[in-house]
Amino acid sequence: MPLTAQELMDMIRAIGQTLEENKAFLTELDSAIGDADHGINMAKGFHAVEEKLPDLTGKDAGTILKTVGMTLVSTVGGAAGPLYGTAFMRAGMAVGSKEVLDTRDLVRALEAAIQGIKQRGKAERGDKTMIDALEPAYEAIEKEIAAGKEAGAALAAGVAAAEAGVEYTKGIIARKGRASYLGERSIGHQDPGATSSYLILKTMAEFLSGRK
Amino acid sequence: MVGIVIVSHSAEVAEGTKKLAQQMTPPELPLAAAGGTRDGRLGTDATLIQEAIQSVAGPDGVVVLADLGSAVLSTEMALELLPAEVRERVVLADAPLVEGAVAAAVESSLGKSLVEVKAAAEAARNLSKVS
Ligand SMILES: [Mg+2]
Repeated sequence: MPLTAQELMDMIRAIGQTLEENKAFLTELDSAIGDADHGINMAKGFHAVEEKLPDLTGKDAGTILKTVGMTLVSTVGGAAGPLYGTAFMRAGMAVGSKEVLDTRDLVRALEAAIQGIKQRGKAERGDKTMIDALEPAYEAIEKEIAAGKEAGAALAAGVAAAEAGVEYTKGIIARKGRASYLGERSIGHQDPGATSSYLILKTMAEFLSGRK
Repeated sequence: MVGIVIVSHSAEVAEGTKKLAQQMTPPELPLAAAGGTRDGRLGTDATLIQEAIQSVAGPDGVVVLADLGSAVLSTEMALELLPAEVRERVVLADAPLVEGAVAAAVESSLGKSLVEVKAAAEAARNLSKVS
């Protein structure tokens, strides 16, 4: 921290790279309890984002995040499109026309993003969705920031909480989306959406601590 | 007439449902299909749904019917993307896709209101097919 608009774009590129690397893994998770497209959809969406990013050089952080959100909405194809699309759009609204983001901006953006996903998906913790990774992550991040930690360290705590959240989704019944048709048969499988949320946070933490 | 938009994960399902509804209604009935993604995958795209709504939006409003999971999420996203003056006359029916679309189309062609067309789509859920 601080994070410039250019660095924000590099972080988004790094997220796209992570999702590309995990395309087969996420799709495999989705084939167990869903419609076997999550990895493919996320990779498609972030490829489209990657193509848009050069046009955004010189733009403020809010514009970049909102454009990423709209691009995901129109290219992902599954529920993840409106969910992650809303997340990025709300994050963009939270940071407004800032050109450099500080730790407080980052926390505000994350909170707005997670609230956006909750509202759009009408999901609560325990429904076996992205929220099972994102909400504990946000709480951990907020706690670390309040204790005076750097953004990178705080995000690392968030990543650990998200990872535990993904693990937690293995033991519960899906109540949202295609997986909810499976009822008890969804137990024993980790949620693909929670997994992609964890991977995104992990990439952000690695980027912010200079490892990616 | 009330416009009708059919949202499905599959472009073929959306188009086919539209054709079934058209079979029973006059050609001037504003009907649009928004199925699949722009690159031909199974899925939904809020911006395609938004365009479909705008293509049939008139003073009488629009009823949207959607199939599985993300079709509803994407439709709700599409509503947010619409200009306020269009959005206030668009409703999402909680109805079975095919039966609901046919019922809504017939009701709209009879000149019924937005509320009546939505209710007809939703009542299609209770039609007994096997007696
Ligand atoms: Mg899926």
